[in-house]
Amino acid sequence: MSSPATVAGPALEPPAAATRRPRTARMPWARYVAGKLAAAVVSFAVTLVIGFVLFNMMPSDPVRTMTRGRPVSQAELVRLRVQLGLDKPVWQRFLDFVNDTLHGRLGYSWEYQRSVASLTMSRIGPTLLLMGTSFVISVLLGLWLGQRSGWRAGSLFDRITSSTALTLWSVPTFWLGMILLMVCSVGIGPIHGFLPAGGMSDPSLPQSGLRHYVDVARHLVLPALTMILVVYAQYVTIMRSSIIEEIGSPYLLTARAKGLTDDNVRRRHAVPNALLPSVTMIFMHLGTLISGAVTVEAVFSWPGLGDLTYEALKIPDLPLLQGTFIVFSASVILMNLLADLAYRFLDPRVRAQ
Amino acid sequence: MTGRPDESSTALEVRDLSVVYPAARGRGPARAVDGVNLRIGKGEIVALIGESGCGKSTLARTLVGLVRPTGGEVLHEGTALDYSARGLKRYRRHTQLVLQDPGGALNPKQNVYDAVALGPRLHGLTEDLPLTVHDALARAGLRPPEQYFDRYPHELSGGQQQRVVIAGVLALNPSVIVADEPVASLDASVRGEILKLILRLRDDLGLSALVVSHDLGLAWNIADRVAVMYLGRVVEQGTVEEVLLRPQHPYTRALLSVVPTGADDWRPTLLAGEPPDPTAIPAGCRFHPRCGRWADADPDTRAAGACDRRTLPVLAPDTSGAACHLLTSSHLENA
Repeated sequence: MSSPATVAGPALEPPAAATRRPRTARMPWARYVAGKLAAAVVSFAVTLVIGFVLFNMMPSDPVRTMTRGRPVSQAELVRLRVQLGLDKPVWQRFLDFVNDTLHGRLGYSWEYQRSVASLTMSRIGPTLLLMGTSFVISVLLGLWLGQRSGWRAGSLFDRITSSTALTLWSVPTFWLGMILLMVCSVGIGPIHGFLPAGGMSDPSLPQSGLRHYVDVARHLVLPALTMILVVYAQYVTIMRSSIIEEIGSPYLLTARAKGLTDDNVRRRHAVPNALLPSVTMIFMHLGTLISGAVTVEAVFSWPGLGDLTYEALKIPDLPLLQGTFIVFSASVILMNLLADLAYRFLDPRVRAQ
Repeated sequence: MTGRPDESSTALEVRDLSVVYPAARGRGPARAVDGVNLRIGKGEIVALIGESGCGKSTLARTLVGLVRPTGGEVLHEGTALDYSARGLKRYRRHTQLVLQDPGGALNPKQNVYDAVALGPRLHGLTEDLPLTVHDALARAGLRPPEQYFDRYPHELSGGQQQRVVIAGVLALNPSVIVADEPVASLDASVRGEILKLILRLRDDLGLSALVVSHDLGLAWNIADRVAVMYLGRVVEQGTVEEVLLRPQHPYTRALLSVVPTGADDWRPTLLAGEPPDPTAIPAGCRFHPRCGRWADADPDTRAAGACDRRTLPVLAPDTSGAACHLLTSSHLENA
């Protein structure tokens, strides 16, 4: 049996040793970024495979779907198949697709006879305008309402805010869009329609200058409002619950005991700390911004990527669908990567991992 | 006992203090603090002892102005506390709070420098701020201080975190520290160091302190005086020796009896009955439903109904003694 003295030995080391831990023990910045970058590349590669499988292994025959209801001969079908490259073996088509993607062309649309990349570029502006506007407004509105109602949870303000937000969240997007369309642009009873019903600008007006901008803004109101009303509830709920979680923290009591006013305790301590879960969510939504508007763009015929996808679905224009799928996935991956990097700035605990 | 000390030697005093929380659903209002007189002299460490739910944390928070009393007053160096926003802010430079869980008491996103600088910045004491922070950390026993400046709470041990909390308090140069279970969540080895630190601060800086605890050993180690709280009221107080070596009140005796003595005849008195409920305070002496002495009292005494009907006077702030009908009556008989 060992003597008690040897057992007690290690415990007698000076505790100060622990404080002199070398700081290089933290993960260096470059390695962290490289790791996240590698993960993003792997995700993208997997997305390429999934995207290809999804649109090329579908049980339906695209050539038959495209020619449905039209008298076509067997020879014409074969020619169409050769023209679309569907006669090549699957592995050949996959390699072509990967090659095309890496060269930034993203495939060739059957319907438009243009590269998917150029189609995407021409449609991305309106989508970013619509989604960017509604995103910024819904984030600001949601976070502000959320932290207010969380700080006074159970108050009248909180109950009204939360129930309104949840009701709007539960409403189907297309339904809300149609209701707004009926009320605001068609007009119901004594109300006359006062906003344009669809599109992005009035073709009878000049396509530049101040009047054009005002016109675009008027067209933007309804689709953006629909997006905001459906989406902002998520920020309200997540911000509200993180504030409630934060409220019980003793460090808020410490700050108050040091002489900070209640408002400043909320603004300077509770809100910044409660923002972390919301930041994750914001970045995740940033990724889906480009793709998220399919319903709204379809309802309001907004000429963006969502509308393009919707049109491609109706044909179906498989390379175009495949291309937009890749674009949408890539934007999600990119935003997640940015979220990971931003987290390291925002939360010191992640920095030390 | 000691005569009433003059105001100038009093750091903090509460008179007839009561805190009543509004009624929750289906229950009466909670009288968390219900008539307390307490005095903390300058350079004195007072331990406030009691089981959980007796109102000691509420009392501590009332002392630092976080809870507004429903009755009575808090006096800082003889003047009543001003509950206006400006008055409270001024007061908080002098009286600081140390909480039980140091990990939670520090903002996880603030490094040590910012955590310690929080107080001085708030009160506009930004001249020589780095020096203030440096000194505060050094006095709290974190040396060399610079090495801790850009550390975050999660990188520190529990003891180091509590030292940072204490440094944040010291940076304001307060005259009174109210510590709510300051070592309850720390390891035994670290506990001693933190207590030693509080004692040294008292000796070096003349700080006064109220240390809230349920730990009698802690009171013995650092306190000059002890107040024992039961169900919102101080039931016994006096110097450490008086209260811990010659306890009078049956409640204090019961608390002390469970400390193992190692003697053969060690027999702990276990308190029977319901744990105290501040929404339903018993009539008469509030301890009588659980009091062993009342249960064992002779039929005459019980019939006279001393403990379950007669209201007990509240202990005066500076007297040593216990609030107990049975003690008072036996005392009278002996006289």
